[in-house]
Amino acid sequence: MTISLVATEPRPKGVKVEIDNNARKVRGTTLLKRGFAHMQKHGVVMDVTNVEQAVIAEEAGAVAVMVLDKLPYDVRKAGGVARTASVKVIQEIMDAITIPVMAKCRIGHVDEAKVLEVTGVDMIDESEVLTPADEERHIWKWDYTTPFVNGAKSLGEALRRIEEGCAMIRTKGEPGTGNVAEAVTHIRLVNSEIRKIRSLYQDSDRQELMKAARELKVSYAIAEETARLGRLPVVNFAAGGITTPADAAFLMNLGCDGVFVGSGIFKSDDPAQRARAVVLATTFHDNPKIVMEAQKMVDEKKSLLGLDTKNLELRMQERGQSA
Amino acid sequence: MSGAKKVTIGVLGFQGDIEENVAATEQALSEMEVDGAVQVVRYPEEMEKIDGLILPGGESTVQSTLAAIQHSLPVMKKRISEGMPVLGTCAGMIMLSKRAFDRVIGETKQKLMGDLDIVIERNAFGRQNESFEADIPMAMVGEDSFKGVFIRAPAVTEAGKDVEVLAKFNNRIVAVRQKNVIGTAFHPELSGDSRIHRHLVKMAVDFRRDQKINN
Repeated sequence: MTISLVATEPRPKGVKVEIDNNARKVRGTTLLKRGFAHMQKHGVVMDVTNVEQAVIAEEAGAVAVMVLDKLPYDVRKAGGVARTASVKVIQEIMDAITIPVMAKCRIGHVDEAKVLEVTGVDMIDESEVLTPADEERHIWKWDYTTPFVNGAKSLGEALRRIEEGCAMIRTKGEPGTGNVAEAVTHIRLVNSEIRKIRSLYQDSDRQELMKAARELKVSYAIAEETARLGRLPVVNFAAGGITTPADAAFLMNLGCDGVFVGSGIFKSDDPAQRARAVVLATTFHDNPKIVMEAQKMVDEKKSLLGLDTKNLELRMQERGQSA
Repeated sequence: MSGAKKVTIGVLGFQGDIEENVAATEQALSEMEVDGAVQVVRYPEEMEKIDGLILPGGESTVQSTLAAIQHSLPVMKKRISEGMPVLGTCAGMIMLSKRAFDRVIGETKQKLMGDLDIVIERNAFGRQNESFEADIPMAMVGEDSFKGVFIRAPAVTEAGKDVEVLAKFNNRIVAVRQKNVIGTAFHPELSGDSRIHRHLVKMAVDFRRDQKINN
């Protein structure tokens, strides 16, 4: 795949044109934002809450870290309102590791996002793991120079987030449960919805494609580009409930470009070893022998026990889905 | 020497923008009307069957760790010393370097190949917010400047006497060549301009022909 520039705003505020010692340079373009996401491909982004975990993640081969105040599993246990992480912790982590540092802000919370941008994180996750600040609107991400990633559980949701300016999509899954089933449901749904519009495109049935775009609540242009590509026009990672190397391989084999691991690593009893094993299984997802080697590196007795996703009080995936 | 029927360019397939480099190389082959193939390579035996190699962008720490696990590094080094052409973009150039320092952290502990006699400053232009596009003059590929896509890009802070500087941005070295090895701090695979990939394909075609003559 090459980088699709579909749905780019004509004059987004996030684009900065500068003269640096007589040399002209442009920052915050769609190419740079989506390009950053492309550099994460085939990699594992790990949730961390402090410097110690960030260093373990980097040494294990994480492609980036995602900074949170609490891991999703602990967010569920603590209840209350989950907000963006402490700036001090984010800065300490940025000063301790060389790989990209991402951080989460609440859905619709424009000013948490601005704070994170000024802090200098490499990517912002407008995340349903935190308590939404606006139930009906997401952030207009074209206003930022920093790229965003958003969660989605269906094609319409994913494309609406891209139209708002996000540079990367991840499945929502059901975070903090240790259960990969919801992430599997979401990627399967997105894949089957793409297959459907792709067949309309191949049959040159523009009437039906327009109807599909309206049902998805997205523009015709982005529906057509997705149908033409036969995949989302931005990088798409798996997230939500990934716990073992085999979970990561499974989602990669369903067509994801990489994985986010939340509670699965640092709520296990063998985090460093497990982190290395998940990285190995993600890269060699198509080689069952190496995935077996990776599985051998972890002890099932040390996995996050997990939660039954059918009887949860809090279903994070439903946050922001209608917007 | 390559056992394949036509010139074959490998793209190192551990992590990063692998597919984008495959696409850029396919574009180059088609524009040059060269009957060639592009193959994603991860295992040592695959490294023996190619005429040229691209190390893609991504995270250099991750890529070199995975290459070490698969014992691919020694084979890659052997092929490069035989003269096989290599292009490293961004993380790929870091992997090919001798020493790497991070702007904030200092010297990194990562495994490096050392085929380019250069010292690297990682994230030399800053974090993602400072990533930029700029037109870069680069005589190797012609008069028209090249659209440089710099994403958390490194820069070359020291280059040995055998290293040819191919391009600079604001007096910082951003592309180099040492014999059969080319490194760029930017991402030619994302620019839509295949001239650098075409250059590698041409080197690979020449290398393949020379190998045939010698055998």
